[in-house]
Amino acid sequence: MRTLDTAEISASVYRLARRAGLTLTDSCKNALRLASEQEEGAARFALGTVLENEKIAQREQMPVCQDTGMAVVLLSLGQEVLLAGMPLKEAVDDGVRRAYADGFFRKSICDPLTRENTGDNTPAHLHVEIVEGDKVEIIFLPKGFGSENMSKLYMLVPAEGREGVINAIVNTVKAAGSRPCPPVYVGVGIGGSFDGCAYLAKKALTREVGSAHPREDVAAIQREALDKINALGIGAQGFGGKVTAIGVSCEIAPTHIAGLPVAVNIQCHCVRCEKEIL
Amino acid sequence: MRKLHLPLTKQEIMNLHAGDCVFLSGVVYTARDCAHKRLISMLDRGEPLPFDVRGAFIYYAGPCPAPTGKACGSCGPTTSARMNAFAPRLLREGLGGMIGKGEMDGETRRTIEECGAVYFAAVGGAGALYGNAIKRMETVAFPELLSEAVYRLEIEDFPAVVAHDAHGGSIY
Repeated sequence: MRTLDTAEISASVYRLARRAGLTLTDSCKNALRLASEQEEGAARFALGTVLENEKIAQREQMPVCQDTGMAVVLLSLGQEVLLAGMPLKEAVDDGVRRAYADGFFRKSICDPLTRENTGDNTPAHLHVEIVEGDKVEIIFLPKGFGSENMSKLYMLVPAEGREGVINAIVNTVKAAGSRPCPPVYVGVGIGGSFDGCAYLAKKALTREVGSAHPREDVAAIQREALDKINALGIGAQGFGGKVTAIGVSCEIAPTHIAGLPVAVNIQCHCVRCEKEIL
Repeated sequence: MRKLHLPLTKQEIMNLHAGDCVFLSGVVYTARDCAHKRLISMLDRGEPLPFDVRGAFIYYAGPCPAPTGKACGSCGPTTSARMNAFAPRLLREGLGGMIGKGEMDGETRRTIEECGAVYFAAVGGAGALYGNAIKRMETVAFPELLSEAVYRLEIEDFPAVVAHDAHGGSIY
């Protein structure tokens, strides 16, 4: 067994959150540059502003987007690691709390009914998967809600098949229109259960923009859905154009013989995702 | 590129057409979901609003806290469609227009046209750029709402696109 003090996890979450708030992933930046070259008019103006914004965020050390998000933490815990110190959830929340205060990030978490703000952006949304080995992998994804609000979960019937999956993806992006800050990155869960499917969609957003899925049939769904989305003509910020999405990323898991769950989690063009292995 | 100074005259508003790319300077007031709910309740109770909405521009935004040496933190637009329930009422009170992101609904678009107002789409996700273009910030109302409070902002060269114009035109 390897003993790891959860203070190290807290410190890691702190570093990841600080970095994620200020930085777009390289694959996102590249996709936005390519998109900008293909557009004209208001869409090009919008993408130019987005690329300029990223430079200002770096120079001024300001969050790229004021919606510094709900703190989503995906933690893969090696089963040979013994955690010592404060409880894991507390350690993660502690890292989030300190990062959002020190980084001058917006605190966006509130009670769903009273709308009272928790004041420190906690609790984080923590997923833990137990995996083999003696390492801890931490992925930090600050998730904005302009795009989260446009996400959908469908319980398709098996007869709808592959076509049904593609239609669910395209229709979700179409219905979202200009609202989620297109060009969007689309995370898709295929299979699993009602709740597991939504988690797959979130996990899909942690993959690099433009990465092919290892399963060829799933990679083909990604390509076909992306082409159909970009044929919608919504464009950057809904101003009209060729690039409505910079990528579609799927995760797949076995499901029940009676069902075909599909979750579509929309991510705006500010793809922020940082990772560390302890 | 056209530069505009807020608030705008009726003539300046009439000269704007959907799709025009502009840079905005001048004064705007922030308000989003919670602040709008309160403003409308105040109108319902016949109370005066915390700022004069006549001719004024509301920016749908909730900033990050200001770091040392800056007037404001990151402050890009939020999704305007969430304010569809409130915008027509404020437009009829004389609001000059709004700045946000994304399309607004039919009723809001019709009211913009009726009232001779304008809706600008700023670029969502460009929070650092917009925050950096805010030169002064003062709290006007509801400080307990934190980022959702009403702030008076002095802005300089905000990139924006005319999205719904006073002639019924729309970029979407």
